[in-house]
Amino acid sequence: MPFIPHTEDDIQEMLAVIGVDSIDTLFDEIPDELRCDELKAIPAGMPEMEVSRLMQARAREDGQPLCFLGAGAYDHHIPAAVWQLTTRGEFYTAYTPYQAEASQGTLQLLYEYQSMMTALTGMDVSNASLYDGASALAEAVLMAVRANRKSKSGRILMPRTLHPLYRRVAHSIVRNQGIELVEVGYDGKTGKIDTSALEQYAGEDFAALVIPQPNFFGVLENVDELTEWAHANGMLAIAIVNPLAMSILKPAGEWGEDGADICCGEGQPMGAPLASGGPYFGFLCCREKLVRQMPGRIIGKTVDLDGKPGYALTLQAREQHIRRSKATSNICTNQGLMVTAATIHMAIMGGEGLQHMAAACHGNTEKLSQALCSLPQVESVFEGPVFHERVLKLPLSAKDALKALAAHNVLGGFDLSDDYPELDSAILVCATELRGEEDIEQYRSKLERVIAAQVQTPCQLKPDW
Amino acid sequence: MIYEHSRTGRRATAQTNPEMAELSDIPDALLRKRPAGLPEVSEMQAVRHYTRLSQKNFSIDTHFYPLGSCTMKYNPRACNSLASLPGFLSRHPLAPDTHSQGFMACMYDLQETLKHVTGMHDVSLSPAAGAQGEFAGVAMIRAYHEARGDTARSEILVPDAAHGTNPASAVMCGYKAREIPTGRDGDIDLDALKQALGPQTAGIMLTNPSTVGVFERRIKEIAGLVHEAGGLLYYDGANLNAILGKVRPGDMGFDVIHMNLHKTFSTPHGGGGPGAGPVGVSQRLAPYLPVPMVDYDGTDYVWLTEKERPESIGRLSAFAGNAGVLLRAYVYARLLGREGMRRVAEFSSLNANYLLKRLMEVGFDAAYPERRASHEFILTLKKQAKELGVNTMDFAKRMLDYGVHAPTTYFPLLVPECLLVEPTETEAKEDLDSFVEIMRTIKQEAETQPDLVKQAPHTMPVRRLDDVRAARELDLAWKGDS
Repeated sequence: MPFIPHTEDDIQEMLAVIGVDSIDTLFDEIPDELRCDELKAIPAGMPEMEVSRLMQARAREDGQPLCFLGAGAYDHHIPAAVWQLTTRGEFYTAYTPYQAEASQGTLQLLYEYQSMMTALTGMDVSNASLYDGASALAEAVLMAVRANRKSKSGRILMPRTLHPLYRRVAHSIVRNQGIELVEVGYDGKTGKIDTSALEQYAGEDFAALVIPQPNFFGVLENVDELTEWAHANGMLAIAIVNPLAMSILKPAGEWGEDGADICCGEGQPMGAPLASGGPYFGFLCCREKLVRQMPGRIIGKTVDLDGKPGYALTLQAREQHIRRSKATSNICTNQGLMVTAATIHMAIMGGEGLQHMAAACHGNTEKLSQALCSLPQVESVFEGPVFHERVLKLPLSAKDALKALAAHNVLGGFDLSDDYPELDSAILVCATELRGEEDIEQYRSKLERVIAAQVQTPCQLKPDW
Repeated sequence: MIYEHSRTGRRATAQTNPEMAELSDIPDALLRKRPAGLPEVSEMQAVRHYTRLSQKNFSIDTHFYPLGSCTMKYNPRACNSLASLPGFLSRHPLAPDTHSQGFMACMYDLQETLKHVTGMHDVSLSPAAGAQGEFAGVAMIRAYHEARGDTARSEILVPDAAHGTNPASAVMCGYKAREIPTGRDGDIDLDALKQALGPQTAGIMLTNPSTVGVFERRIKEIAGLVHEAGGLLYYDGANLNAILGKVRPGDMGFDVIHMNLHKTFSTPHGGGGPGAGPVGVSQRLAPYLPVPMVDYDGTDYVWLTEKERPESIGRLSAFAGNAGVLLRAYVYARLLGREGMRRVAEFSSLNANYLLKRLMEVGFDAAYPERRASHEFILTLKKQAKELGVNTMDFAKRMLDYGVHAPTTYFPLLVPECLLVEPTETEAKEDLDSFVEIMRTIKQEAETQPDLVKQAPHTMPVRRLDDVRAARELDLAWKGDS
């Protein structure tokens, strides 16, 4: 019996103590007609050895293609120590630190995490994590609507330069509370938020403006100007940032005159492997005066009966297990283990180590962009600086190009044609610090062949009737 | 504090290139002026610091952890190592289907298994945790009513004993949460339910076995009443461990359910997540399931997204939820198989009923002594609190000194001075016996030297913490030595 330690003697002794003659009797309060028969559609159990063989075969099946795909999930180096420590049983198999005295390890680690996130983002306070970047954005929107008491509209300005999947997630999560996400277009030349499009909303009632840095195109927004504009128009500024980029870019807390009010984002670049999209973690930071509107666990430093420092869950009166229907959010379990990894990751890398990593990503992406733009009719779409992604226009359809590259075991980037049809045959490419010059050359030469094949034999593609 | 090991200029040099790449094309105004104030430590200092921190935790791997409602059972190590195979870890969430068939096969199989074990028509794996599953479930109830033009329904009914996430999730979906009292026998107060039901009822959220640790016997009748009023039934899967493979929520009449894979399917709790909260639905709610889902077209596995499922309530996380947690649950499901799943319910119930009986023998009071325990049960220490002045919190803290993580305390709120105890199926009889011994000892201490218990714990890294100060003098981030 996998994972069940009972011997036959144990079972008999236990049944005798309970005073029943079979285990099945323990279910006698359940009406007979509800009991189910053997669930034949579920496979029988297998020993670890066989499951292991199955999983290895399946993991192999997905290959390990050369990855130039980013779009919200980035292939970074993770120090070996990070996951060796994170999967220690004492971290891996503990739960929410309800008994503070027996959970000081997790609690202190979370306090250290909060400290590091505030240092990185320049904000006053951080919570102990949310599910992922997209749902963190949704929570930031809900938080802004609660916190901006001057605004009554429940409307938020959401630029199209924000990740399309994030916009969809935010919509799914906030729509039932009557909150409206109003889209703002982008400048076709620079790839930044179109300030003239923004200007048409000046003076109108919006709770907040969302400002991505970098934006989905990899492009750096004029964050000072945008933050100022939001504040001048009675809106909160919600920053949504890449935490690795924060190591080299102006932190959200310093944007404009007063800084962003809320800063959220995807924590994946801090120690989480790509792993099919999760688990990652969302982070959420804010200014101190908004802390009571912040959802999720928060750890505070305090003292014990002897005056010795210690750590505990705090401000729990915001949370569902105390406030029930009046809580700031329904979130309970968050992404503790991912935060454990992130904290260890940030401690080992340090501020300067992260800067080297971020700068390497930036440099490699520029090298990639130059290499690919050396091919005929491949060009960079937006002018101006980026962090570690760039939009490139191809001389053939993005879908065909990416498919052909995948057949060569290269993930060439993200196809923008569904979400931004106006960009035509454009893709979003990314080269992290892990993609060296040889990798870049491999991509270039394969794309060259793909382009040549398509241009020479256009009829190879069957018409799609 | 890791910051206390920090010295200017110290670095874990094995981790980075010595030279920093140029950033000269980025305007100065957009750049950071100095590196972020993160610790500057060597790799070994970090490793030692976090190893030591880990040792200040109780965990399943080190301690008996009978935290009621959380199902703290053994997390098989194979689940971690097989979900961490390089092919799985390196798969990009937006990788094309041609490079995803292995992963998608696991997800599809897991969907199927969860469907069959819960008796639901269809399953989506995407919610990232139980609370997000609840949100998805209530949002689907809302979508169903709206699609029928039945828009006057404004209330979700929730038992007073429910998890706080239930009313909070209802509110996040734009509903009012209305509480239904629990009867003296632990079942829901049927008269109160009948009075509360009406044309304003969108649905009811129930946990079964309930949070008071007993099976709701009249579930079929409740389902009939709610459906008659035009409402739908939501099943909170927090206690699915108690009935896995024995009774299925779908057969009880539930329209929508969520499962907590970090409970029933033994994925790690990780110090507070990540979890996974897949949702299952009856046929009429199937169009609204959150995306993405995985389908099999006879040759290949394919993603179902907003495009294929236009009526979906949408997407709840950027990609496919907590995929790594789902892989762990899948490995667990394959190790157990159908017979192993049934054994989960059987042995978790055996352990709970045995432990309850033994604790009653040594003088503790059950909250519902006439009822069969499910996989967990409630003790009430009302008598001890009144007669000895030693309350549930004191008992809980003293348990830590004896090397046992305390059960859930003061939940559900309706039972005074309660302990919600869930031993789980993976604990051996001798561990349960030793817990009984510890409880008996603490009770004796409470009678003869109450201060010893009231001052507990005595052996932890810290004594009881000043929660009031934590909330009043907020210190949420390290600001230097000052």
